[in-house]
Amino acid sequence: MIDFLNALTLFANFVLIPGLTYGSQLALGALGITLLYGILRFANFAHGDTMAFGTMVTILATWWLQGTGVSIAPLPTALLALPIGVAATAIFALATDRLVYRHYREVKAPPIRLVMASVGVMFVMNGIVRFIIGPNDQSFMDGERFIVKARAFKNATGLNEGLAIKSSQMLTVVMAMVLVALLFWFLNRTRTGKSMRAFSDNEDLALLSGISPQKVVTVTWILAAGLATIAGVLYGLDKSFKPFTYFQLLLPMFAAAIVGGVGHPVGAILGGFVVAFSEVAVTYAYKKFITYLVPVDYAPEGLMQLLSTDYKFAVSFIILVVVLLVRPTGLLKGKVI
Amino acid sequence: MNPSMRALIGFGIMAVLLAGVGHYQSWNVMLAIFNLCLISAVMALGVNIQWGYAGLFNVGIMGFAALGGVAAMLTSRAPVSTAWAAGGSNLLIAGAVTLGVIAAAWQLSKWRGRAWVKTVAMLIVVLGGYVLIRQFYDPAVLAIEADNPAKSGFLGGLGLPIIFSWAVGGVFAAIIAWLIGKVALGLRSDYLAIATLGISEILIAVMKNEDWLTRGVKNVTGLQRPVPYELNLQESPRFIEWVEWFYAGSLAGLEGATRSQMLRELTVEGSSLFVKLCYGGLFLAVLLIVLILCVLALASPWGRMVRAIRDNEVSAAAMGKNVTRRHLQIFVLGSAVVGIAGAMLTTLDGQFTPGTYQPLRYTFLIWVMVIVGGSGNNLGSVLGAFIIWFVWIEAEPAGNWLMGIATASMEEGDWLRRHLLDSAQHMRFLIMGVIMLVVMRFSPGGILPERTARS
Repeated sequence: MIDFLNALTLFANFVLIPGLTYGSQLALGALGITLLYGILRFANFAHGDTMAFGTMVTILATWWLQGTGVSIAPLPTALLALPIGVAATAIFALATDRLVYRHYREVKAPPIRLVMASVGVMFVMNGIVRFIIGPNDQSFMDGERFIVKARAFKNATGLNEGLAIKSSQMLTVVMAMVLVALLFWFLNRTRTGKSMRAFSDNEDLALLSGISPQKVVTVTWILAAGLATIAGVLYGLDKSFKPFTYFQLLLPMFAAAIVGGVGHPVGAILGGFVVAFSEVAVTYAYKKFITYLVPVDYAPEGLMQLLSTDYKFAVSFIILVVVLLVRPTGLLKGKVI
Repeated sequence: MNPSMRALIGFGIMAVLLAGVGHYQSWNVMLAIFNLCLISAVMALGVNIQWGYAGLFNVGIMGFAALGGVAAMLTSRAPVSTAWAAGGSNLLIAGAVTLGVIAAAWQLSKWRGRAWVKTVAMLIVVLGGYVLIRQFYDPAVLAIEADNPAKSGFLGGLGLPIIFSWAVGGVFAAIIAWLIGKVALGLRSDYLAIATLGISEILIAVMKNEDWLTRGVKNVTGLQRPVPYELNLQESPRFIEWVEWFYAGSLAGLEGATRSQMLRELTVEGSSLFVKLCYGGLFLAVLLIVLILCVLALASPWGRMVRAIRDNEVSAAAMGKNVTRRHLQIFVLGSAVVGIAGAMLTTLDGQFTPGTYQPLRYTFLIWVMVIVGGSGNNLGSVLGAFIIWFVWIEAEPAGNWLMGIATASMEEGDWLRRHLLDSAQHMRFLIMGVIMLVVMRFSPGGILPERTARS
């Protein structure tokens, strides 16, 4: 029995909690992608760099706050700086829309040209981020690091395995839940949210009923930029900030959005967790876990790892391809434009 | 303006710019840029085949270029016999089992029977096969990687002259492209983009982590060359005679020790120039062959058919054209060209370093070249490659120079000044993005737009 509890703790510590955290971060990012896809009808390749941009602004604001001695310990100072990051990113996103994307909407360009334009925007944002903060790792976590410490947990329960919960993990999950609740309230209950959904379902019909397309587009960009920034900051607090890593998050976020069903907000959240848990579960070494569960003689010799950690991109990609082949609309029925 | 005139002016400006670099910076720098321009041009032609001819949005260029790099390394490196002895047999068994499992799964997928029986059988075959493969694969990898890990630790290659690897790179890329195309080409354009982006990341991950094959991030350095080494040239009397003849003007009027000193310096510089020129000649030959083939293909009935498919898939299909097959064909051909260029690049570098492949440099930069040059126009892609590579390289000195002026009035130790000077190199990303967006917005056809029938 005690072995079973040990195994369970081990699993929670190395698979469940990291998966839950990473899944929440991916879900927030994928929500932005899916909203943009539903309303503007293109896959935004600049989304990873939007995340990096927002996180960068937040980091700069955090440093400034830390410099002036402002602190909300035990919470990280970055939370206080977050609104500045969101605002800056929203303004930047609206500026790119005005300067770049609006033209292609007006000439009714095929979606692929918008995708290519987003590649151009990606270069620009990447250049700005590298120019301002540089390509290196930045850590900006402060305040209390752990909510539950591994040693304290061991002492309290008497188990062999410790369970550690970082405050950034807790923060991520709580923030994600609050944001998702707010977002769904907004989409389902408010007038603007309803007009967004109508626009996504049938553009012509929505225009006929007097919905202002400019307003819908503006709100969509603000939401996407805000979600991207928050997802980026949470990821940065949990791990660390590096522009290239954020660019690489693009693939799992796309995978999450498509797996769940593009244009479908609930799908994006579901997809985020599917991708995150598969990544963590497939690359986890189960040796210790199984050793606890089976009789001593049957303990495995190898690491019992399905794939090495370096292949985690492969996981999100394989899920993506399988879903696209088997069920191209995604788990929940999304749009296939 | 007449299209040929435009092309002429474009290439003329490019030649003047390169000559300017040669004159003001150095001819060595100019040739280094020129050689990479040639390689980029071949890559851009590969992308143009896919995007310009057929409208396939492939953002996995990096993966195919890296496959070319692997080919260059595997073809030219001598086999490591101790590693083969240590793990070769187990690895071959693992390979055979893999093929067996794939064949079994393939047969099973065609079997008509109860759905759930089929699913269960499939699971057993795949999972059982996976466990079986690992039984042979794991010890093989351990044995190979333990064999002299500091210097080798991998299987090595075939030990053939590296020039063959360019063709091998094309073949490698073509095989993988065929596999990918079979799976992914049915997807819509933007899904295809995401899928290819993912595949290229996976290819790089495999190269970084399968040390038994590629040495991974430990890199394979000191690849052989298709051209002579500088040091050998500097010692060859024949080459020194050439240098004396070529630089007769500079050497005239010098005597004794000053002359031999001068001659020594000129020989060193000349040998470096000569090597780069040799590379340039080889690359130019490949570029011309690929370019001529591309131009001929685009003008042929096949080219018309492919463009018809791009412009309207439904009507082309109604005319009896096999859209799926043509897409697969184009995908394989374009990727093979990129693979050739990737092998050339690794040959020029003289080392295979999987850690250096980054999508911005190897995928998206090539895309900028095609879009700026003119998608659908072969000559345009070549011109775009020259312009963009030139800007990419020269953006750094230009950025440094600009920053130098901008910060001239600041104090020496000012952190802002230091930061601006350090960051100048990242300006190139910004510049690339702006160039791409401006060209797309104001000249969607690129500098040399696609030539269509007179209407």
